[in-house]
Amino acid sequence: MTNEPIIEIRELTKKFGNFTAVDHISFEVVKGEIFGFLGANGAGKTTAMRMLCGLSTPTSGEAKVAGYDIKTQTEKVKRMIGYMSQKFSLYDNLTVWENLEFYAGIYGLRKKEIREKGEQLIIQLQLQDSSNKLVGSLPLGWKQKLAFSIAIFHEPAVVFLDEPTGGVDPLTRRQFWEMIYEAAHRGITVFATTHYMDEAEYCDRVCIMVDGRVAALDSPAKLRASFEVSSMDDVFYQLARAATRVE
Amino acid sequence: MKILFGFIRKEIYHVLRDKWVLLILIFMPIIQILLFGFALSNEVKNNPIAVFDASKDSYSRQLTDKINASRYFDLYANVSSQSEIEELFKSGKIKVALCIPPRFGEAFEGSAPLQPQIILDATDLNISNQINQFLQNIIQSFIKQKKPEVRPTYSIIPEVRMMYNPQLKGAPNFVPGVMAMIMLLVCVLMTSVAIVKEKETGTMEVLLVSPMRPSIIIISKAIPYFILSVINYFIILAMNKYLLDVPVKGSLLLLTAVSFIFILTSLFLGILISHTSQTQQEAMFKSLIGMMLPTVLLSGFMFPIENMPLPLQFLSNIIPSRWYYSIIKNVMIQGSGLEIIWRQFAILGVMCLVLFIASIKKFKVRLE
Amino acid sequence: MRIFSVLLKKEFKLISRNRVILIISTLAPILQFLILPMVASYEFKNINLAIIDHDHSSWSSRLINKIKGSGYFIISGYENNFSEALIRMEKNEADVILQIPPGFEKNLVREKEQNLLVAINAINGTKAAIGGNYLGDIIKRFNKELTVEAMPVQGAVISRPNSIPLHRFNPNYNYRMTLVPGILCILVTMIGGFMASLNIVEEKEKGTIEQINVSPISKVAFILSKLIPFLIISNFIFSVGLILTKVIYGIGLQGDLITLYVAINIYILSVLGLGLLISTFANNQYQAIFIMYFLIMIFMLMSGLFTPVESMPDWARFMVHFIPLYYMIDVIRLIMLKGSGLIHILPQLSMMALLAVGLILLAMLNYRKTT
Repeated sequence: MTNEPIIEIRELTKKFGNFTAVDHISFEVVKGEIFGFLGANGAGKTTAMRMLCGLSTPTSGEAKVAGYDIKTQTEKVKRMIGYMSQKFSLYDNLTVWENLEFYAGIYGLRKKEIREKGEQLIIQLQLQDSSNKLVGSLPLGWKQKLAFSIAIFHEPAVVFLDEPTGGVDPLTRRQFWEMIYEAAHRGITVFATTHYMDEAEYCDRVCIMVDGRVAALDSPAKLRASFEVSSMDDVFYQLARAATRVE
Repeated sequence: MKILFGFIRKEIYHVLRDKWVLLILIFMPIIQILLFGFALSNEVKNNPIAVFDASKDSYSRQLTDKINASRYFDLYANVSSQSEIEELFKSGKIKVALCIPPRFGEAFEGSAPLQPQIILDATDLNISNQINQFLQNIIQSFIKQKKPEVRPTYSIIPEVRMMYNPQLKGAPNFVPGVMAMIMLLVCVLMTSVAIVKEKETGTMEVLLVSPMRPSIIIISKAIPYFILSVINYFIILAMNKYLLDVPVKGSLLLLTAVSFIFILTSLFLGILISHTSQTQQEAMFKSLIGMMLPTVLLSGFMFPIENMPLPLQFLSNIIPSRWYYSIIKNVMIQGSGLEIIWRQFAILGVMCLVLFIASIKKFKVRLE
Repeated sequence: MRIFSVLLKKEFKLISRNRVILIISTLAPILQFLILPMVASYEFKNINLAIIDHDHSSWSSRLINKIKGSGYFIISGYENNFSEALIRMEKNEADVILQIPPGFEKNLVREKEQNLLVAINAINGTKAAIGGNYLGDIIKRFNKELTVEAMPVQGAVISRPNSIPLHRFNPNYNYRMTLVPGILCILVTMIGGFMASLNIVEEKEKGTIEQINVSPISKVAFILSKLIPFLIISNFIFSVGLILTKVIYGIGLQGDLITLYVAINIYILSVLGLGLLISTFANNQYQAIFIMYFLIMIFMLMSGLFTPVESMPDWARFMVHFIPLYYMIDVIRLIMLKGSGLIHILPQLSMMALLAVGLILLAMLNYRKTT
C-alpha cells in the first residue's frame, strides 16, 4: 500500500430538494487500501458511493477517482473502476461463463485473455461443475463471490462494493473478505460500504458516516483506542447515538 | 378484521403512489369515450374523389359542384387523364374517381343522358359499396333534377326508421364495450401483474409467512382494483349521460348489479392468471392475449357474432364479457328489464362462481 | 465495435431464453391471423328480418321471395302488426322490420308510387346502415324489374340507367383485403412496442442496468443493442405474417418486396423508439405495460384500421398525423393491394421516418447513465 491517493474527495455534497443526503464530505483513499465506508441506513453511504461511481451527479464539491474528475470526466472514471451492487447484478438467465464473457467484454478484454483468465477464475472459485449453469440457479454465496470476481476481472484501479455481504453465512463472508485481501494485494483499491461492524475490522481504514457527514475516519485500531472501547460495534454505537437522522 | 383492513390500506397506498398508473386509469375511460363519442364513426363521408371531366360544359361542372357540395365527397382534383387517376389511387389520395364522358351536356338536351363512369377503389368493399351508393344517388338525383320529365313507371320508396338510435350515433354501441374493456383492463391485466410482481420480488413469501390467511392476502391485493373499477364505472356512466347525451333507459340498479358481478368475475380471472404465471411478462401476455384480445374480437363489441364461423361463435360463449356486453346494451339502450336478460345474467353469475372456485382451488394447490 | 457485438450477443442469448417472448412470437401471429379476419367480417349475413305483409298480393310475395333469395336475411317471422314485430326486435329476435302496407300492389299501379316501412334496430350503427343498404338494394332491383316489365318492347328510354362501376384492385371481391394487412401491422406493433420496452424496464427492475451504467458502455451502444434484436424479431414475425396472408387469405403482394420492407422497417423503428422512450420513464414493468397499452389502444382506434379517418372531425384528423400506425396502415395497403411504389408513398414514409428519428432521439436524450 503506497501513499498515493487514488480517490480524492473535497466538500462533496448531494442534495435532494431540501434534504442533504451527503453533507460536504472530504477525505482521501490511497492506492491498494481496503477502505470501509460505514454508517447506519440512510446515513448517506450509498449516495456518496454512487457519486464516486459516476451514477449520480454531485450537487456541489469535487472528487477525483483514479485521477479523473467525476463530474467532467465521468466516462473515463468508469473505465477505471469496478462495481458490485447489493443485488449482485448478474444476469440470472445467463450462465456463469456467459456472464463472465459479457462483463469482461464490455471492459474491452480480448477473447483470448478472457478465456485464459476466465478458466483460471472458474477453477479458483471451484465453479468448474457449474460454469454452464444459469446464474439464477446458484446459491447466494457463490453468486456473491462470482459477482466480485467479475467486478475486478478487468483489473480496475478501484472496485466499489455496495453492501456486498448481505444475507450470506459467516463462512462465506470470511471467504469473501479473503478475496478482497487478495485483490488489494494486487494493487486494487477496495472501497466497500457495509453496516456489519465486525467487517470493519478487516479494513485498513474505516470512515463512519452519520447524518451525511464524516463522523470518524481512521484505522479500526486507532478508532477503538480513541473511543476507549473494545469493538467497532461500540465505536459505532457511540457515534450513532448522537445521530439525528433515523431511517 | 383489523389486520385485513391494514392489508387493504397498504395495497391502496401502493396503487395510489404510482402516479402514472393512476392518472392513466382515470383518464383511459375518459379518453376512450371521447374518442368513440366524437372522433370515431363508421359513417363514410368526406371521401376524396377525382373527376376526369372530358366534357367541360356547364352540365358537367354543375355535376362536379354538386358532388363536391355533398358531405360524402371532397373533390380532390380535376384530372385530365386516366393515368393520373391511377397514380392518385396508388398514392392513396383518392378513393373514387368519376369520368364524365365528352358531350355530357349535349346528351341532356337530347333524350339519352350519358352515364359517367365510376371507378372505385374496391380494396375495402364495404366502404366502396357505400361510396358507390352515394355517388349513384347524387348522379341520379342530378339527372332527375335536369330532366324531371323522365319519370320511372313505378317508384317504391323505402321509408327508413332507425329505432332506438335515430341519429345512428355510435355511442350506444360502444359505451358498453368501453365499459367492459376498462374493467377487464383494470381487473384482469393490472391485478394479475400486480400480484405476480410480489411473487417476483419475493415479498409475497413474506406475506405468506404472516398469520394472515393466504386468501385474504390475495383479496386485499385485488380490492384497490375493485374500487378503481367501480370508480371507472361511475365515470363512464356520468360521461355517457352528460357528455354524450345517451341516457340509461333501463334500471340503474340492475345495471350496477350486473357490473359488480362482472367486475368480480374479472378480478377472479386476474387472480387465476396470476397463480399460473411466474413472471410479470407472462401475466401480462396471458391477460392480453387470453382475455383482452378475445374480448375485443369475440364479444360482439366490434364485430357481430352472428357473422362468425360456428366454432368462433362457440368460443364467444365462454367469454364473460360477451354476456356482460349483451346485458348492458339491452339495459342501457333498450331499457330491458330482468325478465328479458335473466338468461345472460344467470350465465354471467355462473361464470363468476366458477372462476371464484377455480382461483381459490388453484391457490391451495400451489401452496402445497 | 467489439463492445457492441458483446452487447448484442448477450441480448440474443437472453431473448432466446425468455419463454414469454418465444411463445408470443409464435403464438401471436397465428392467433391474430387465423382468428381476427374470420371474426372481423363486415359482410353481414343472417340478418333477422320480421315481415308484416298487409297486402298479400303477388307483388308483395315476389318482393318477399326476392329478399329471402338474397341470402342476407333470415325471416324471423311473419307478424300481424308493427307492435308485435317491435316486441320481436326488443327481444333481439329481429334486427330489421319490413312492413308492406295494405293495397300495396293496387296503389302502386294506380298512383305509381308507394312507401314501404323499413325499421332498423340501430343500436349497432354499422349493422343498421349496411342492413338498410341491402334491403334498399333489393327493393330498388325489384322496382326496376317491375318498371322494365311494364315497358313497351321497342327499346324505349331506360329512364334511370345505373352505370356499372369499375371495381379496381379487388378482382376476387375479397372482403378482408384491407383488414388483414392492417392486422399484420398491429402484430408488429405489439411485439416491437411491448417487448422492447419491457426488456429495458426489466433490467431496471432487476438492477442489472446499474452495472451497465457504471461501465464505459456508451448509451448509444446500449440503446442500439436493445433496438436491433427486436428489429430482427419484428421483421421475422412480419415475414411469417406475410406468408400467412398469402397462404390463408390469398392476398398477395402487388408491389415490390423491397419497398414493403423499407416501409415496415421505418415503422418498426418508430414503434421501437416509442417503446424505448417509455422505458426511460417507467420504473417497473407494471408501469410500462400500462402506458404502452394505453398508447397502443389509442393508436389502433385512430389509425383508420377499423373506422375511416375521413369521417373524423378536424381535430382528430390533425392528431392522427402524429401516429406512425396511421401511415403504416395506409402504406401497407397501398403497396400490397395496389402495387404502389416508393414514389407514391414518399410523403408517408418521410413522416414515419421523422417520427421514428424523433422518438429515438428523445429516448436517447432522456436516458441517463448518470442521474
